[in-house]
Amino acid sequence: MKSKAAVTAFRLSVVLGTAWLVGCFISGCSSQQRASLSGEILKPGPERKAAPDFKLKDADGKEVHLADYRGKVVLLDFWATWCGPCRIEIPWFTELERKNKDKGFAVLGVSMDDEGWKVVKPFLTELKINYRVLLGNDEAAHDYGGLDALPTTFLIDRDGKIAAVHVGLTSRKDFEDGVEQLLKAPSKGDSGRVSLPALITGAR
Amino acid sequence: MRTGYHVNSNMPREEYLIPLKLTWTSPGALEPEAVLYPAPSIEKYAFADQPLSVFSGNFDLVAHFKVKGDAPAGPGVTTGKLRYQACSDRACYAPRTVDVTVLYQIQ
Repeated sequence: MKSKAAVTAFRLSVVLGTAWLVGCFISGCSSQQRASLSGEILKPGPERKAAPDFKLKDADGKEVHLADYRGKVVLLDFWATWCGPCRIEIPWFTELERKNKDKGFAVLGVSMDDEGWKVVKPFLTELKINYRVLLGNDEAAHDYGGLDALPTTFLIDRDGKIAAVHVGLTSRKDFEDGVEQLLKAPSKGDSGRVSLPALITGAR
Repeated sequence: MRTGYHVNSNMPREEYLIPLKLTWTSPGALEPEAVLYPAPSIEKYAFADQPLSVFSGNFDLVAHFKVKGDAPAGPGVTTGKLRYQACSDRACYAPRTVDVTVLYQIQ
């Protein structure tokens, strides 16, 4: 005889689900978080690695490569609409873009929302984002270390090399100081050209 | 949940947050009824102006079922999906959906 009482309730223990819920991806992130807490704003030049190029589309459907920005200081922010800490930082980046866009600086936002532009476009309007936002994909995430935790933000120097990585909510001052230092630093690619105006001046 | 991490509750206070949600995809010989979520914690985080409704630490979800009238006696399996999105106080992690399996015995 069937007993309905035998199956009236099932208790799903989330104690057993510790691995489910935060499992390996949390532990995988911890090393990145430690790196962001190192206190260094920028890596020394020789320690910088090339920022992986990507091919992603912006809100107008235009294909964008990171290489298009070579020669500029770039703040590359991976974020998502469901990410509270990302929402704190985005207005800071809007302000950095406004202040520095004419100084060889650009912010690039890369949304990691699975739902795509349907959820991202209204957000761009809501937060009055004034910089270019692209839609990310798994390939870009992989190339940038997996991006388990958001926000993850890279400061890229004029030579296309990663000068700083910030995982998680970071102080506004760290971003401001990092961008300022990178804007002041000459590009290695410019080293031959920098002396030219001086030579011309000296020849007068 | 590990100390320092939380998931949004089933009824987060902000529209943009992804709720914890348990759904049944293949109930087998059972009819899913209410899923009972625990009382959430209301916590303040640096990244939000208002306190958020979250689950942290150890917590239980309780799912109720009825046996279908024509269910055969014997063992069975009900499967579902648990969707959640976790954060610490400084970073958030991509939403995940994991499989949930419940084994039952109809007598």
